[in-house]
Amino acid sequence: MAVPRSRVDEIRNCITLTEYGVRNVHTTDFPGNYPGYDDTWSQKRFEKNFRINIINMDDSTVEFDMIGIDCAIANAFRRILLAEVPTMAVEKVFIYNNTSIVQDEILAHRLGLIPIKADPRLFEYRNSGDEEGTEIDTIQLQLKVKCTRNPKATKESSDPRELYVNHMVYSKHIKWIPIGNQADHFGEAVIGPVHEDILIAQLRPGQELDIVMHCVKGIGKDHAKFSPVATASYRLLPEITFLEPIEGELAEKLKKCFSPGVIAIDVLEGKKLARVANARLDTCTREVLRNEELKHKVKIGRVRDHFIFSVESTGILPAAVLVSEAIKVMMSKCQRFLNELDLAQME
Amino acid sequence: MDILAEEFGDLRPEEMAAPINTVEEKWKLLPAFLKVKGLVKQHIDSFNYFINVEIKKIIKANEKVTSDADPMWYLKYLNIYVGMPDVEESFNVTRPVSPHECRLRDMTYSAPITVDIEYTRGSQRIIRNALPIGRMPIMLRSSNCVLTGKTPAEFSKLNECPLDPGGYFIVKGQEKVILIQEQLSKNRIIVEADRKGAVGASVTSSTHEKKSRTNIVVKQGRFYLKHNTLSEDTPIAIIFKAMGVESDQEIVQMIGTEEHVMAAFAPSLEECHKAQIFTQTQALRYVGNKVRRQRMWGGPKKTKMEEARELLASTVLTHVPVKEFNFRAKCIYMAVMIRRVILAQGNNKVDDRDYYGNKRLELAGQLLSLLFEDLFKKFNSELKKIADQVIPKQRAAQFDVVKHMRQDQITNGMVNAISTGNWSLKRFKMDRQGVTQVLSRLSYISALGMMTRISSQFEKTRKVSGPRSLQPSQWGMLCPSDTPEGEACGLVKNLALMTHITTDMEDGPIIKLAFNLGVEDVNLLCGEELSYPNVFLVFLNGNILGVIRNHQKLVSTFRLMRRAGFINEFVSISTNLSDRCVYISSDGGRLCRPYIIVKNGKIAVTNKHIEQLAQGYRNFEDFLHESLVEYLDVNEENDCSIALYEHLITKETTHLEIEPFTLLGVCAGLIPYPHHNQSPRNTYQCAMGKQAMGTIGYNQRNRIDTLMYLLAYPQKPMVKTKTIELIDFEKLPAGQNATVAVMSYSGYDIEDALVLNKASLDRGFGRCLVYKNAKCTLKRYTNQTFDKVMGPMLDAETRKPIWRHEILDADGICSPGEKVENKQVLVNKYMPTVTQTPLEGTSQPQQPQYRDVPITYKGSTDSYIEKVMISSNADDAFLIKILLRQTRRPEIGDKFSSRHGQKGVCGLIVPQEDMPFCDSGICPDIIMNPHGYPSRMTVGKLIELLAGKAGVLDGRFHYGTAFGGSKVKDVCEDLIHYGYNYLGKDYVTSGITGEPLEAYIYFGPVYYQKLKHMVLDKMHARARGPRAVLTRQPTEGRSRDGGLRLGEMERDCLIGYGASMLLLERLMISSDAFEVDVCGQCGLLGYSGWCHYCKSSCHVSSLRIPYACKLLFQELQSMNIVPRLKLSRYNE
Repeated sequence: MAVPRSRVDEIRNCITLTEYGVRNVHTTDFPGNYPGYDDTWSQKRFEKNFRINIINMDDSTVEFDMIGIDCAIANAFRRILLAEVPTMAVEKVFIYNNTSIVQDEILAHRLGLIPIKADPRLFEYRNSGDEEGTEIDTIQLQLKVKCTRNPKATKESSDPRELYVNHMVYSKHIKWIPIGNQADHFGEAVIGPVHEDILIAQLRPGQELDIVMHCVKGIGKDHAKFSPVATASYRLLPEITFLEPIEGELAEKLKKCFSPGVIAIDVLEGKKLARVANARLDTCTREVLRNEELKHKVKIGRVRDHFIFSVESTGILPAAVLVSEAIKVMMSKCQRFLNELDLAQME
Repeated sequence: MDILAEEFGDLRPEEMAAPINTVEEKWKLLPAFLKVKGLVKQHIDSFNYFINVEIKKIIKANEKVTSDADPMWYLKYLNIYVGMPDVEESFNVTRPVSPHECRLRDMTYSAPITVDIEYTRGSQRIIRNALPIGRMPIMLRSSNCVLTGKTPAEFSKLNECPLDPGGYFIVKGQEKVILIQEQLSKNRIIVEADRKGAVGASVTSSTHEKKSRTNIVVKQGRFYLKHNTLSEDTPIAIIFKAMGVESDQEIVQMIGTEEHVMAAFAPSLEECHKAQIFTQTQALRYVGNKVRRQRMWGGPKKTKMEEARELLASTVLTHVPVKEFNFRAKCIYMAVMIRRVILAQGNNKVDDRDYYGNKRLELAGQLLSLLFEDLFKKFNSELKKIADQVIPKQRAAQFDVVKHMRQDQITNGMVNAISTGNWSLKRFKMDRQGVTQVLSRLSYISALGMMTRISSQFEKTRKVSGPRSLQPSQWGMLCPSDTPEGEACGLVKNLALMTHITTDMEDGPIIKLAFNLGVEDVNLLCGEELSYPNVFLVFLNGNILGVIRNHQKLVSTFRLMRRAGFINEFVSISTNLSDRCVYISSDGGRLCRPYIIVKNGKIAVTNKHIEQLAQGYRNFEDFLHESLVEYLDVNEENDCSIALYEHLITKETTHLEIEPFTLLGVCAGLIPYPHHNQSPRNTYQCAMGKQAMGTIGYNQRNRIDTLMYLLAYPQKPMVKTKTIELIDFEKLPAGQNATVAVMSYSGYDIEDALVLNKASLDRGFGRCLVYKNAKCTLKRYTNQTFDKVMGPMLDAETRKPIWRHEILDADGICSPGEKVENKQVLVNKYMPTVTQTPLEGTSQPQQPQYRDVPITYKGSTDSYIEKVMISSNADDAFLIKILLRQTRRPEIGDKFSSRHGQKGVCGLIVPQEDMPFCDSGICPDIIMNPHGYPSRMTVGKLIELLAGKAGVLDGRFHYGTAFGGSKVKDVCEDLIHYGYNYLGKDYVTSGITGEPLEAYIYFGPVYYQKLKHMVLDKMHARARGPRAVLTRQPTEGRSRDGGLRLGEMERDCLIGYGASMLLLERLMISSDAFEVDVCGQCGLLGYSGWCHYCKSSCHVSSLRIPYACKLLFQELQSMNIVPRLKLSRYNE
């Protein structure tokens, strides 16, 4: 009956990748589940174990490790990043004139998906039923482009870039029209599309677009255009263990089975010996399990509570800010839940 | 060593050792072939042949019209021309017209047919040139179409898509295709056993003038001739004698002098003796008595003998020419038929009706030529009738036939036939329906698929397996996958990619060549030579040409001549060893396809040739002319040894397949890795590919179709095939590459339902546009009144248009860009109340009264107005067309399908954060249940996913061409290289719990098609609504807001369950309950408490019965049957 302690540790901490499936996927360290383990919640222990390591960070992406936390909480951050961190996006499109070949609805859809550089924290949600919008909940943008013939074009040219003016409508053509005191308020940070080179439509001489857009604050749950991230996801830290030393030709083979840089080969007394150099780089292709010779000599798994997060921003806010926003959303949700609990207790 | 020598023949040892040279890129011949031939070339070739050659022959055959009234009067056609399509602007002013204008303005794309004639007026002989006699609908991209030889830039100026294949007609604004018709070959002997097992031979002869069927039947060991015009079966020996072969010996010589043949024929001779018929005169008299008399009118009276002789000469075996009653050739032909029957009796070797060598395909040109000839004859007989009537009357002006040549008869005849699809020609007793169909423009593929469709003449309802099953001779000619399911299964087929259908050819030169090559003319033979064991009969298009001793030399020389270009490349020659015949065919409608020539185990085409082809120094025609490639028809294929691949070439091989994937058609060519799929799945995809939404042509935005489905963001498939490139599917795609995870999710994915990612839909996946049109014409009436359109009606108080007229412009027509709601008016049209010419004398009111007949929008969802077209149609009436648009994002219940016959409806839409994701953070667009795979065995889809995934990672497109394509091993190596699992199964984390899934998930892109079936168009419910007038029962069908029928089977269930009150409620109360007054005395229906029969009200009681029941009683009464109701109280 007694399961060796090392085995229990493995079940608790490690997800095992086998040839045909994943083992130990579920979290099992609930209090009282394992005799001899103290799994009761302790703030102290959590603070001791919990770590966040930022691996790299720039404006558009951030990669960080979150260690010592349950997957439910880590997943909650991921879900909030995708669906509940608010941004500003085009919601209402007023088409005064559209003689291009792009249909009105398709044009509106395309405009909606353009990321708008505006700090959503400075805006309020628009009330339902409000059609007009005010300076605190709406950004007004305008797109007014007319395509004409290029008078300077040479006669024999057939290249549209030379023949026409404004035949490609890009996001850079979108202009911000401040409402109320927005101009003073946001003076420095000009509001507009994040990227200049998003193609919206193609025009031919005589065709024109005359459009006013209203951007409102919203969340990704409502529509993907409000999602602040291109994607946010995590993976678990890979773990490679050798059940026996792997030497010689096999070591070379082993090296090929993993992503570059995962396995290093040391030469000890003229003998090649494989060593795990950087398991983090592995993409878990499980190639090693296809090799009959190596299959039983290597165990691959993933660390249950080591999350390697990768957040790619759409460019509206820096990725790091998004993470902290996500944490704030999480906190407010928790606060609301606590308040509900308090209310329920009082009744 | 001997065995080796046998195997390798006279090859030198070094030749044996040399590796077979491979021509790697021989598939490049295929685009070259398609460039000259195109996918619908058969239609266009056939039509071109008709308007340039055949029509002249028809004129030649019917060139003279004479009158019985005046022997001096005549009308002679000198020449005929079909012009370029034009439209009459005003009287006698015409202007060239483009096909697209015809589509938009509901006109016919047609060209004038003009003739040069010579005729007499009084005593003058007059020649008139270019007289119009009617209009010919013109096939798009044919030689007389404005589109031929135009560059893509010119196409766009004409609002035409350069990728559109053409080959169809535009009649009254509709695009109509004349489907290819498959039928049994004409003028060929078919030996068949009937139901009782008796063997007989039959020939369906067909010439320009006549069509008839001649049978040789065996009854009690005797041979008889069976023909429609003979009232009973006639002994064959009598027929021989009637045709001038009086000696029995001669008859037997012709049939064959072998012991068993003579024994089999002897009873027939005996019968003739018993009938006491020995001379031609006797025989003719005998036959004359059996002739069924049909035509009583016309021509001088003939004796029975003359009639019989005429019949034998012209009607029996029509296609064998008889000159001046020299029956020699016909006798020999009949002898050959009898011989075939005798030989078949022994070993039961009968012909196969379904064999494709015995089939001919009838194309637009042939069908139109039949129709035109019929109409032209009618036109001429009408002229003759007019001449007969008018000439005898003395008139001031002399009879001028030109004034009586009306154009509309031929024009209307052609237009009506094409627009209704009814081909009824009295001359050939032909009455076919559904010959033409409206070109389906659901997608580019559906239009292409329609152009290659072949419909068979067999009845659809007959449960026969023979004509429906796949014939081995179909190989390479017809697509084995593309056929509908259900009743037309196997009867409707599609052409394969490289199939060509021949057109008729001049046979004079071929006859001359055959005689020069040593064929001895039948007319010079005594008859016995026919059955010599070493002599082969030579047939040309079903007629016996002669005999030859050295048939191998004839065939090989003939082929040599053809390869050298002395004879047309589509003339085929083949030997039939069992019948000891050589068949030469030059007739139209044969299926053929090109092959690479192999000589002595060496391929004629070399890499150098292909290189030159790629560089453009050489085209497909050059390959034909230099005898590198040649066309083989089905019969000749049987005579050749064709290697599928180069490594299979042996000494005997005569030809090499260009590319094996060309045996599939257009629709099946879209499927990646079809050779890994279970075959019905490919068939299902062929049907579904035609329902996929996408793009239909570069001119799609200029079209105003009744229904058009477009995809907002179509993509080219990640895994493509050679066929996809060849047919330009990439340029007009119909589908999107979706990232698919094959796993179970949520339970809303059972029975093939799909789970979609909401964020993908937000970003435009599967978003489609639905276009519909509304049409209205403003007519002028005979009493000088006309329809009119009025501006919007204003509300009396606000001075704003009323809601129904909100979207109208000042001109009374809706304006583009507006949103239309249900019941709003699109065109505010008014019609005069009186449209007939008033009677003489009654004074006409000054101001005509108008009644409003608005064109309203009907639909549960709002639409937007895309554009409004105001024009005039062919009858000079105003034509207003309005194009309405809807944009739809996928919703639960919409249908999707991959390219492997795996269709499914959307069962659930899941937010992105709930979707599983892989290590690289990718979430699927679609989750598909793995139970879809084991029973369907669509391994091709699994491979498509792998190849697609590797392609995405590598940044290139992979090929899934049939019998080739990217190898799974290479593709999987690519996956490993980019850090993915070799098997394509990824480690995936659940988006809901955040824990990894216990199984690895097969994950990657698959090309998905959105099918036209959407819930929005189908959902229907009704609580109360309209009722039918007659029965007062709820109407039927969604379009009429009908009720949902509780049918017979449902009724049976309720009866069985005993739920009588529910039954009453469903069948009467909720349907057509009706209060009637019934008189208890007489049992008849009363009215308002009074019985009209008893003239009293004392026994009248009121009860509820179905209205239909009351109606039945009244209808019975009206036919003198009195139904009486017996009433009694339930408590008595």
